Amino acid sequence: MTTKEETVHQDQHPLEKSNILIEAKNLKKYFPVKGGMFNRQKSFVKAVDDISLKIYEGETFSLVGESGSGKSTLGRALLRLQEPTDGSIFFEGQDITSLKKEEMRKIRHNMQVIYQDPFGSLNPRMKVTELIGEPFRINKIASGKELEKRVIELMELVGLDPSRRNRYPHEFSGGQRQRIGIARAIALNPKFILADEAVSALDVSVQAQVINLMKDLQRDLGLTYLFIAHGLNVVRHISDRVGVMYLGHLVEVGEVEELYKRPAHPYTSALISTNPTPNPRAKREKVILKGEIPSPSNPPSGCRFHTRCPLATDRCKTEAPKLVPISEERSVACHYPLV
Amino acid sequence: MVNVENKKQFSNKKLTNPSPNSPKPNSEEVKAISPWRDAMRQLRKNHFALAGFVIIVFFILLGLVAPLLTPFAFDEQDIINRLQPPSAEHWLGTDHLGRDIFTRIAYGARISLQVGFFAVTGALVVGSILGIVAGYFGRWIDMLISRIFDILLAFPSILLAIAVVAILGASLENALIAIAIINIPIFGRLVRSKVISLREEEYIMAAKAQGMKNGRIILHHILPNSTAPIIVQATLGFGTAILEAAALGFLGLGAQPPDPEWGKMLADARDFIQLAPWTLIVPGVAIMLVVLGFNLIGDGLRDALDPKMKN
Repeated sequence: MTTKEETVHQDQHPLEKSNILIEAKNLKKYFPVKGGMFNRQKSFVKAVDDISLKIYEGETFSLVGESGSGKSTLGRALLRLQEPTDGSIFFEGQDITSLKKEEMRKIRHNMQVIYQDPFGSLNPRMKVTELIGEPFRINKIASGKELEKRVIELMELVGLDPSRRNRYPHEFSGGQRQRIGIARAIALNPKFILADEAVSALDVSVQAQVINLMKDLQRDLGLTYLFIAHGLNVVRHISDRVGVMYLGHLVEVGEVEELYKRPAHPYTSALISTNPTPNPRAKREKVILKGEIPSPSNPPSGCRFHTRCPLATDRCKTEAPKLVPISEERSVACHYPLV
Repeated sequence: MVNVENKKQFSNKKLTNPSPNSPKPNSEEVKAISPWRDAMRQLRKNHFALAGFVIIVFFILLGLVAPLLTPFAFDEQDIINRLQPPSAEHWLGTDHLGRDIFTRIAYGARISLQVGFFAVTGALVVGSILGIVAGYFGRWIDMLISRIFDILLAFPSILLAIAVVAILGASLENALIAIAIINIPIFGRLVRSKVISLREEEYIMAAKAQGMKNGRIILHHILPNSTAPIIVQATLGFGTAILEAAALGFLGLGAQPPDPEWGKMLADARDFIQLAPWTLIVPGVAIMLVVLGFNLIGDGLRDALDPKMKN
């Protein structure tokens, strides 16, 4: 757990006293692309390419980035819901990368997921009580009256009316369904929750309610969140630290307010400048990026952002920058950081 | 883990329904609308499906109470009264051996419905298991099973059935096995495609994240969600199976005399089509009605179970 690389990396963080809950080292997830005659393997989509990252106990770490930047894949690979191609993952100091299926199942209750789609993440043929009670039944923790009691407790905890527990998910609204998903996720008292675009499918007022619920639960239950989101305002509201992803790389990591006020990577800067603000007359300088996000199966050489970066030089085209600390709380992967 | 104060705070803040603190087991006033209940309600509104249902119930009753309805035995010959037109004594006339056609149709309903039931059940069970294994586990096992389905589907079904019966020998049981075999890939492919789409659903991943084993995921999540297309196909397949059994009977490869199998009755009546058309028309209409009945129910079920058809 203490190689030289890390000691330079992030250990200066103000949260250093708290423990690292989950850590990825040089994590890679490549998807093979097949095609042509006989389904030959043509290339790889490098959805997550050599990412190292630490998440501390009790914090909310957010991942932001465009669609296709590998945020969700990174989240799922961390929980081994998708097997990583290479690299290692540590959960509470334990290397879980090579755990067998059976051993992995035993620690799964510590890491849960809240999904994006409140319609797709609940089995339409199961009643709410079955949905929320499922984790108990799978892990043989409770049954019968005890199970019912736990379900009622959980429903109250997430702000659902327990008398509606014998209804089906289609009888609930999107926000309520998301609460069902949250109740299911916290049922086993996990330490770590991956919120994979957990509020993206909800409208803004419901988003706020669900996020406040998540924050309250974090405070009361001591949860650690990995929050994957599109909405930059939501991220700012909920996060302690933020990681910015671009084409499978982590380009910047830092404390949320710092990063929002003074982005160091040109991509972060562009991303944040386009974030809508409540005041329509506020003068802002938008950094509009040229072009589309390049294909992750054939990423640009050198710095992956050089094709769209306003500050790119010849060096950027050949030499890939590494994620290095630029201050106590900030790491950035850029040859010419803005701060 | 649950803090009482917080509970109250949450419920007061966010509940729209102001009775969070009285969760008695029976406090539910309105019945939950289960997806099945909803489908049944849809089905009842469908007049065609209802008509199909009536037809099938009629034939089931006919088969069940056949001995009470007629004084004749289905193999009772009366050569003197052969090829009689319908009359008060012989409601639907007699055939070339003087057997009462109504009696034979009623007893034949038993055979046809049994053939349909067992052939469909066999094909459904085997096909569903293969389809689930192929769809859920994918990779080489999917390749293997799918190619077997392709091979079975490459033959015209009746030819394949004839081949199977030719190998096993001509009898009603063997015809039933043959019909089950030719229907396996139809169920298998249907289930496989459904499972492949279900496998990517988020609730399957949620179950995996909770540490659920594959067997349980299949039983609790995959199966209940793939029953709708299976039921529809089973109903439609019932009709096809009866038709195929009749075809095999007609070719002399199914039920053997003197069993009153409808297809066999058609074959026997062929020679008398001008002399006594009722001997041909009656079993033909019976086959048509049963198949039509099952098709109507099947179509109705499909509409009722398909969420896209909801109004």
